[in-house]
Amino acid sequence: MKENSVLEMRNISKSFPGVRALQNVDFTLCEGEIHALMGENGAGKSTLIKVLTGVYSKDSGEVYVKGHDNAVSIRSPQDAQNIGISTVYQEITLCPNLTVAENMYIGRTKNILQNWKKMNADADKMLSALGIPASATQQLGNYSIAIQQMVAIARAVDMDCKVLILDEPTSSLDENEVEKLFGLMRDLKARGVGIIFVTHFLDQVYEVCDKITVLRDGQLVGEYEIENLPRIQLVSKMLGKDMDDTADIQSEAEAYDDGEAEPVFEAEGLVSVAGIKPFDFYIRKGEVNGFTGLLGSGRSECVRAIFGADRVIGGKVKMHGKPVKINKPIQAMKNGIAYLPEDRKGDGIVGDLSVRENLVLALQVMRGFFKPFSKAQAYKFADEYIKLLDIKTASADTPINSLSGGNQQKVIVARWLLTNPEYLILDEPTRGIDVGTKVDIQKLVLKLASEGKSVTFISSETDEMLRTCSRLVVMRDRKVVGELTGEDLNQNKVMSTIAGGGE
Amino acid sequence: MKKKILAAVMAATMALALTACSGGSTEPAAEGEATEATEAPAADGAGDASGDAASGDLITVGIINNDPSESGYRTANDADLKAMFTAENGYDAKFAYSLKNDEQITAAQQFITEGVNYLLLSAADTAGWDGVLQSAKDAGVKVILFDRVVDADESLYEASIVSDMEAEGQRAVDWLLGQEKEGGLKVVHIQGHMGSAAQQGRSGALDAAAEEGKLEIVEQQTADWSTETAMEIVQQVINAGKEFNVIYAENDGMAQGAVEALDAAGITHGVDGDVIIMGFDCNKWALKEVLAGRWNYDGQCNPFQASYIDEVIKTLESGGTIEEKTIILEEKGFDAETITEADIEQYGIGSEEAE
Amino acid sequence: MANASGTKERSKFLSVLIKIITNQMFIPIAAILILTIVNLVADPSFFAVRYGTNTEGAKLFAGNPVDILNNGTALALLAIGMTFVTAASGGQDISVGATMAIAAGVIIKIVSGSNTTSSTYAHPLIVAVLVALLAGILCGLFNGVLVSFLNIQPMVATLVLFTAGRSIAGWITGNLSYKFSAPSFKAFGQTFPGVPIPTPIIISIICFIILALIFKFTTLGLYVQAVGINENSARLNGLNPIAIKLSSYIILGVCVAIAAFVTVARTGTFISSTFVKDIEMDAILAVALGGNALSGGKFNLTASIIGAYVIQYLKTTLTALGINAVALPAYKAVVIIILVIISTPSARAWFVRQWQAIAKKFQKVEAKEVA
Repeated sequence: MKENSVLEMRNISKSFPGVRALQNVDFTLCEGEIHALMGENGAGKSTLIKVLTGVYSKDSGEVYVKGHDNAVSIRSPQDAQNIGISTVYQEITLCPNLTVAENMYIGRTKNILQNWKKMNADADKMLSALGIPASATQQLGNYSIAIQQMVAIARAVDMDCKVLILDEPTSSLDENEVEKLFGLMRDLKARGVGIIFVTHFLDQVYEVCDKITVLRDGQLVGEYEIENLPRIQLVSKMLGKDMDDTADIQSEAEAYDDGEAEPVFEAEGLVSVAGIKPFDFYIRKGEVNGFTGLLGSGRSECVRAIFGADRVIGGKVKMHGKPVKINKPIQAMKNGIAYLPEDRKGDGIVGDLSVRENLVLALQVMRGFFKPFSKAQAYKFADEYIKLLDIKTASADTPINSLSGGNQQKVIVARWLLTNPEYLILDEPTRGIDVGTKVDIQKLVLKLASEGKSVTFISSETDEMLRTCSRLVVMRDRKVVGELTGEDLNQNKVMSTIAGGGE
Repeated sequence: MKKKILAAVMAATMALALTACSGGSTEPAAEGEATEATEAPAADGAGDASGDAASGDLITVGIINNDPSESGYRTANDADLKAMFTAENGYDAKFAYSLKNDEQITAAQQFITEGVNYLLLSAADTAGWDGVLQSAKDAGVKVILFDRVVDADESLYEASIVSDMEAEGQRAVDWLLGQEKEGGLKVVHIQGHMGSAAQQGRSGALDAAAEEGKLEIVEQQTADWSTETAMEIVQQVINAGKEFNVIYAENDGMAQGAVEALDAAGITHGVDGDVIIMGFDCNKWALKEVLAGRWNYDGQCNPFQASYIDEVIKTLESGGTIEEKTIILEEKGFDAETITEADIEQYGIGSEEAE
Repeated sequence: MANASGTKERSKFLSVLIKIITNQMFIPIAAILILTIVNLVADPSFFAVRYGTNTEGAKLFAGNPVDILNNGTALALLAIGMTFVTAASGGQDISVGATMAIAAGVIIKIVSGSNTTSSTYAHPLIVAVLVALLAGILCGLFNGVLVSFLNIQPMVATLVLFTAGRSIAGWITGNLSYKFSAPSFKAFGQTFPGVPIPTPIIISIICFIILALIFKFTTLGLYVQAVGINENSARLNGLNPIAIKLSSYIILGVCVAIAAFVTVARTGTFISSTFVKDIEMDAILAVALGGNALSGGKFNLTASIIGAYVIQYLKTTLTALGINAVALPAYKAVVIIILVIISTPSARAWFVRQWQAIAKKFQKVEAKEVA
């Protein structure tokens, strides 16, 4: 081990059936350091953390912790805590109806008897040392989420931790609370604790972190000092596109020149309960545009707001220039909007139902409760789209569960095509499906546009978006930060807009 | 927010429904779990129904009973007590209901603390009362047991007024053995909830008679006091082609269920019929069936114990002593040949159709 | 050559067998077959149907098969509603027995007026039935609001009425035993003059027909399943999961009211404490026996209904076999546990694996023989 490092992970590998989640990943954390762990979805961040905290057991590799001569074995979260690795998760995992002190010490004494007085005194000492404005004897639930988070950190710190993992701690905090949390983090840093900080917010990384380790597709991209890694470089490393290589990728989409057409859909100051900043948006007839940004930047939340999938709390929307009301999905559907959700399993398919039932569901709902399709009619629709989209299924009666991911996705696409929408929103339609189907879906999007339909397309893969979209709305930290068209539609420009600031 | 409001509304609705139950009528509270809710006596319009100020010349009694919703029998029992222990009759009564022993004990301790003159107790369970009764004795509270006995030394209470379930069964079986049927008595025996005191008492005599060969039990099943189950059992007996000429059902409802099955199968019953019908509990409607000759016999389980208790208290207040502590309630069995309208009026539980 | 084709036929036979075993209707139908065999062996006269005369001189059908269909009516009706509730909300309503007591209490109280024993209507029957329907629907609404709006676990939410229901019924009837003996009232639970089939059987057939029409002319089945399987997805397809869950409880409320009417009319007597005691467990078991997942989602209503009659068949069989009265519930429990276990998807998957293993062995043996 290096002299001042508290944690070293060497050649960590971990596979799940069909996926190599981590391949020979190294990670080093030094004393008194705040170290950002960055990567897009599926990069392996959470797997690495779970290996470190004993939730998963690694397939190979070693973990060294300061104070232990040999590689340590971590088989359970309890093991991890015992050797000084503590984790604070995004969701508060404490008990709001116990006192602050009880939360800090619960399950930790080996004695049957508890010295309550001493416990409260210890807790107060700890809290004041860390500058946390909470009192030991108060109920935890009385405090804000930020303070609760700090108490969770205090609990972790008091377990003599050397390594503190903060997994997305800021996502439910407001700006002031984030500042307070950062204060505490800097404090702990000064005490020599090594902190691993996982976040989607680039600004926050550049505000508090010393080092960044980037993972991509289960592999280590590299470890960087913060000052040596400009934002744009970070983004390009996360996305896996080198600046110069990608500069010349051109949009394969035919230049969209119908700039005069009336917008099909317009939104002004639209905002939902999902925590995005109000945004403006429009799409014209026959246009394909997209929302881009890193994971967690709010791109899905925007389209969910358009469709009424999250509760809309402000803003105006118009269809063909006429104001309409869209508060729930059925209203969007009646206005000719269709939405393929990001989470296919959780929000898209209806698992045990057949391909046929899944396919007609949306159109059936629009048609009404008292007008069920005859079986023959439903079979006709199903057979038509199974053929049209080349869906590989044993029959229209097969449960959608037993189809492959790509074919499930095609059924959902078919479901919405069947409603003959004017405006189709596809949120990550190509995630987790095979390459062939990806190309099919991209082609389909362009074909739909040529037929005069409007499409909003979201993908984590920027090239896919560059190939299909004629306009990109760029998001960062839950805000729309830019819009790119024409010549600006290239990787460099996209990445620099996503990275923002700094440069 | 919406949810919170909704929750509040739901809670309020439930609360309202429950208060409506207890406040809406002079009948006892209907909550199944009504615990130590010490109610004022059924006010009867009397202004000074409760209040210790007025209790100077009134005898205070704390009455602990099983919940009236347990059965029609219990309801009648409770109504009888409420009618007796009023201010007009010189009593200041407080009531507590529970089907659970521990809740009853808590209520008893509370009554003792309040210093009632008499504690009237119908215990949910026979065990666990020694301590409470001792402390009642120490506090000078006189205890009278009614309807149910407890496992405690006789010195701890003044009197115990109980039904003799064995005698009930014996009376019915004696009556039955007086009947004559071609080929002997062949009984379909429909039992109540197994293990209950009423079931044991009413089954005992019949089983004994069968063992002595005085009658034959063709079928013996529990219907758990349920009318519908009793009906299904008798249907089965008929379908299986078993021969029988007596239905011995341990409550009125089950007897009625049996009758419905017989009717559907075209089997006659009652005084001029093929099958003898016997029930227990003396609901008014059941006694009317007996009077009409559709049933033959209905055995009483006397819920009217208030007058016995009153007598005991009067004796004690006037300085007398109770010689025999166990007082057996007078109970009757009603026979279709001898029953009268007056009997129904006097002994029937429930209200009768106004002709 | 002959051997090879024999192998093919055999493996084809096995794959058909597997198909049958994995079919949802397999368990309830197999249960009926087993019970039938048991009865045939024990006493074939079990199945005798008589065309007899009742005490009023009317002709009617009787015998165990008729009685099973007749007495199973209330349970079958409850199973229908319980299936909807299970499918939509992923849980069971344990208050159906108590709410049936409320509905039946309402009916008997309204027709009897202030008398516990009477044979003339204090109020018209139709009023009583409508108020009972209203009571059933209100109880359903109460449970449904707790489950759908407040997201309370169905078993916990319905615990409220499970506990309070019989007391409410007791309050309605003053905890008294009632008997109402108007012939036109009892006709609904027994037979109408001149109709040889018990009225409950006719009522259940009418309900099944109405149900079939509902399935044909509305999308109820699809909506309930979509909500039960994936609430998020259902919502994003324009459905309102709250409304659909709520309506499943209302449907159950209607079923409860009809079941209560049929049951109370059967004998014309009512007492709140013992009226259809423990029927809620049988209703839930009917759904489980029908091979429906108790965690909700996809359902098969026909299988639930058959499940209900299987339970009634089982009860009748056990009584007919002369099983000791006290032990009867225990026997019933054992039989039902076995049935429920083998009707779970994982158990059936295990059976399929065993069958496949046997099939493979066969194939190997045959292949050797060919060689």
